[in-house]
Order: sequence, then C-alpha cells, then structure tokens
Amino acid sequence: MLKRIVYTLTGLALLLALAFLALVALNLRGEDKLPPTPTPFESTQALVERGRYLALAGNCAGCHTVRGGAPYAGGLGIGTPFGTIYSSNLTPDATNGIGSWSVDHFWRAMHNGRSKRGRLLYPAFPYPSFTKLTREDSDALYAYLRSVPAASQANTRHALRFPYNTQLALAVWRALSFTPGVFEKDPAKPAEWNRGAYLVEGAGHCIACHGARNSLGATQDQRGLSGGLIPGENWYAPALNAADEAGVANWTLDEVVALLHSGTSARGSVMGPMADVVWGSTQHLSQEDVKAIAVYLRQLPQTPAPARPPGPLARDPAVMARGSAIYDQRCAYCHGDKGEGAPGAYPPLAGNRAVNMETPANLVQILRHGGFLPTTAGNPRPYGMPPFGSVLDDQEIAAVLTYVRGSWGNDAPPVGMADAMRR
Amino acid sequence: MPDTIEQRVAACIACHGREGSSSNSGYFPRLSGKPAGYLFNQLQSFRDGRRFHSDMVYMTRHLSDAYMREMAEYFASLDLPYPRVSTATDASAQVLAHGQALALKGDAARGIPACVACHGSALMGVQPGVPPLLGLPRLYIASQLGAWLTDDRHALPPDCMTDVGRKLSSADINAVASWLATQPVPANTHPAKSPPAPLPMKCSAMPE
Repeated sequence: MLKRIVYTLTGLALLLALAFLALVALNLRGEDKLPPTPTPFESTQALVERGRYLALAGNCAGCHTVRGGAPYAGGLGIGTPFGTIYSSNLTPDATNGIGSWSVDHFWRAMHNGRSKRGRLLYPAFPYPSFTKLTREDSDALYAYLRSVPAASQANTRHALRFPYNTQLALAVWRALSFTPGVFEKDPAKPAEWNRGAYLVEGAGHCIACHGARNSLGATQDQRGLSGGLIPGENWYAPALNAADEAGVANWTLDEVVALLHSGTSARGSVMGPMADVVWGSTQHLSQEDVKAIAVYLRQLPQTPAPARPPGPLARDPAVMARGSAIYDQRCAYCHGDKGEGAPGAYPPLAGNRAVNMETPANLVQILRHGGFLPTTAGNPRPYGMPPFGSVLDDQEIAAVLTYVRGSWGNDAPPVGMADAMRR
Repeated sequence: MPDTIEQRVAACIACHGREGSSSNSGYFPRLSGKPAGYLFNQLQSFRDGRRFHSDMVYMTRHLSDAYMREMAEYFASLDLPYPRVSTATDASAQVLAHGQALALKGDAARGIPACVACHGSALMGVQPGVPPLLGLPRLYIASQLGAWLTDDRHALPPDCMTDVGRKLSSADINAVASWLATQPVPANTHPAKSPPAPLPMKCSAMPE
C-alpha cells in the first residue's frame, strides 16, 4: 500500500516536472528569437495601402476602435466567461500605442501572440487565426498602423478573475490550444479557393465567432466553422458548414457575394454581429476577394443536420394563442399574415432557416433590439425593424417567438422563459 | 410594400408614433417637424457614441451619413398638427414659476442663458440645428437635461448644451422640464428661420 503511494507521488512529481518543461517548450514552439538588431523596415505607400486593406479584411477597428473614439486607440471591453478583456491601443503613440515596436515585435504578436515585452497575449486578440498571415501581410499591417494618427489614450487593464489573470494560466492555455503556423496552400485547389481559405482562416478570423469553443474558451480548428455562441453577447454565430444553419453550399456564388458585399441577398440578410462585420469589413473588400471567400465557403465540408424525432414538436396551445395575438398586432404589418414577408423589404418568417434554428438566441435579440440592415453600396437605404424590448416583456417575447417557430410549416422548438430572459 | 422613405423608416414609428408624431404623454420625443440638422446630428450622435439610448444605438449603428440625412429630412418635412398638450401637472406653482423664469430669462448670475435665447422666442426651435422644446414629454426633457449633468449626452464641440446643462441643479431641471412640458404649442409650430439675436455662445448645432 505504502509503496503504491510512494510510486504514485514520485510519478506525479515527475509528471509535474515534465509538464512544466513541456509548458515552456510548447509556449516557445514555432517562435523565432527576435533578431539582435531590428529588421530594417521601410514603409511605402503601397505597403500602407495593403495594410489598410488588410485591417479592413480583419475588421481590426471592430474591436480596437470604440464608437466615436480615436481610430485604433483601443479600449473596447470584450466580455468572456473569464472576465472582460480590453482591446489595446494600436496607434503609433510611443507610450500607450505600438510606436516603440519594431516590425519584428509586431510579427511576433501576430504570429506568436506575444507582446513587445514578451508577455503572452490573451487570445481575444485572435492570434490563433492571425498566426496564418504571411510575414509580408503582417509587415503591411504594421506599416498601416504606423500611418494612423497617434492617440495617447492609455490602455485599460483587463478585468479577469483569478487564475485567468495570470501568465501561468495563459501559458497552460497556449500549450493546450495554440500552435503557431503559416497558412498552407492546398495545391489541389485553385488559387481562388486558396485565397478564400487564407482570408477566412487568417485575417478574417471567422472562427472566432463561427467556431465552437471548448471549456477553456479555445476555438477548435478540427471542428471548423461549426457555429458558436459569441462569448458575452448571447448572439449565436451559426454554423457555416451546415445547410440547416448558415451553410451556403446550396447558394449561388452571386448570392454569397451579395450577402457579404451588401448585407442582403435573395436568400437572407445579416443582423447583429454579422451586420457589424459587413459594415466594418466585408463591404469594403474587393469583388475578387469576396468571391474567393464565397468560393471557399461554398465548398466547406458539410455536416448533416442532427436527426430529430419524427412528427411535429409539442407546443402549449395557450402560448400559441397568445403568440398569435401578439403577432397579429405587432408583426403581421411587415412580415405578413402568414409570415410570407415582403420581397426586398421584410424577410419571410415562414421557412426561414434563421427562424428555425435550434437556438432561438438571435431571434430574441432581433425582436428585442430591432435594427436596420447595414447601409452598403448595394443596399444604401435598408428597411428596419423596431426594437420591441420596451413594449414586449419576456413572457410575450417567448410566446410570439414560439408562435412564429411553430406556424406556417415552421417546426422549431418552443422558446422558453429561460431563452427570453437571457440578455 | 411601397418603396418609400416613409415605409423604410417605419421601424421608427413603433416608439415615436405614426409619422413621428408622438404626444407629450409618454417618454419618446416627437420627430416630425423638427429641424433636419438637429435630427441628423442626433442620429449621428447615437451611432458615434455621443448619445447612449440603447435602442437608438442599436438602430443607428450601421447607418451611413447619407441615409441618416435622408431620414432626418423626411421627418423634418412632415408638417402635422401637434396633439393637444396636456397641461395636467403635479408641479407646484412655485416650481412652475422657477421653470418659467429659467426658460424665458435664464439666470445671469449663474451664467445660465434663457432657453429662448437659442431655442427661439416661441421655443419651437431654430433652423437648422436647434430643436423645439414644446410638445415634448416632461420625462424626456428632464432625462435629457439630466444626461448633460451625468455626462451621458454630448454633441460635437463646441458643445453648448453641455456647458449650460452642467450649471443646472436637479431642482432647476425639474422646474424647467415641468414648465416646458405643460406649455401649449403656438399656432405657428415651425422652427424659426434664425435666432432672435446673436447666440449667447458658440454651438456646433449652429455653424456660423
């Protein structure tokens, strides 16, 4: 018995020592030492322009610029299950921005997730995606960020709980969840597909929202763009590899391009966080790049819809009646008596896959907050949806959504109070 | 669906009333007939982080300047009769008198200009950027005045109302909101074409 305990303890100690060594090694893998003298860097107008474009492709401003704030001066709080992370100042300010960073420091941050001083960075900065950027593109981004006006805005300290606020926790996380690597072209695929893959997996960091996260908050490459609840926002970024969510395998190329370029298409429109993405990023991309993204997304390996028990789902008739009354009063004016919508203005609710998705999170958000589709060159004067959060209470929201999800051929699970109460 | 600006902004009427003509009884301010420059500045302020009403922030976050200008001009162009202003109030005569004095005379000792000095002698606003103060809910006026005090409402510099608002006490706010909300609108409800006299301060709403 005693022997067993001693063996176990020795084994554990050995394992711990090994784990520590592995931790250090894993955190340094794929990382080149900074050169003794910084790589000479000469910015050109062409490089700055390329960087400006890449900053749009990556929607850097989406997190690094607060509404009405100085561009790229940071300060936006990003909610995570571990606390709030604040985006940092990327302007050339020497004290608070990245003015004192060399191009090598910048590359190490993008590629290895390490700050100038060597601190490990939180992956809310999506370096697990940005690691795939080429050195040339990283340098171009550096050139562009050096060209924006310096803002002296001080960085806000992250508000993370113990132990997530320690470098050790981050080191463990990185050992388990982060591998630096460059984008590898698939020689069997055409250049256009490869360009799309590079944009989606690299600068676009689509997986940051459209990927499932594990309990450590890490996205999982092997599960791909299989959908995920956006941390802290209660919006669900639907799977891009499933026809019953937001997969586009059976859309035409033009429809996907239209969605990304103008925010709306014959098959669906963007709202919520994806409207942010179209507004701040994809509408500004070139026709070729949006097409490349569309080519790639249409060819994602598809996941079949999960099997469901046969027959329509059960619904409480009293809730349905209540929902029907609310629908007639509030919704039918635009979405039609039978959820048929109005082409070009208001989406149909009957047969709408966003309505029929398993999780009702997005419907609750849209009903509560309303909003306009993003104004874009292709849709400069969008129609809008009012915010019903001030006129419908949680119970009414649950009832009307249960009704919409159970009428006109729709057959999605009822919406409960727990769904409607989540903010 | 008709392809009209009226239909495109139908989302607004859920709160602001049909054709943006909400009465003074609830919270939401009337839009119709307000100066276009004022409406545009407010839309932009919601989008760009100078005003914080969460529904309005959601509604404006992806709107272009051009579209917001079109919306503003649409609501500004509506020439609709005001609903009768309810004069019922629980404010005392003393409070109302204090509010009236602030609105019509200001308080020179504290550096507070009269409302009429900028918002027009009829208090129905001034083109292109100063809003009317009559026909609005008391709750709305009080919450806006309070928002300057609590740093929750801003305009582009020079931000004249922040300077004025920060000089008000909560008693001033209650008094002036109570008085303004119970004044009948005049026969001519249109904003004045120009201020009655040179403005007492510089203001981004009224470019020189």
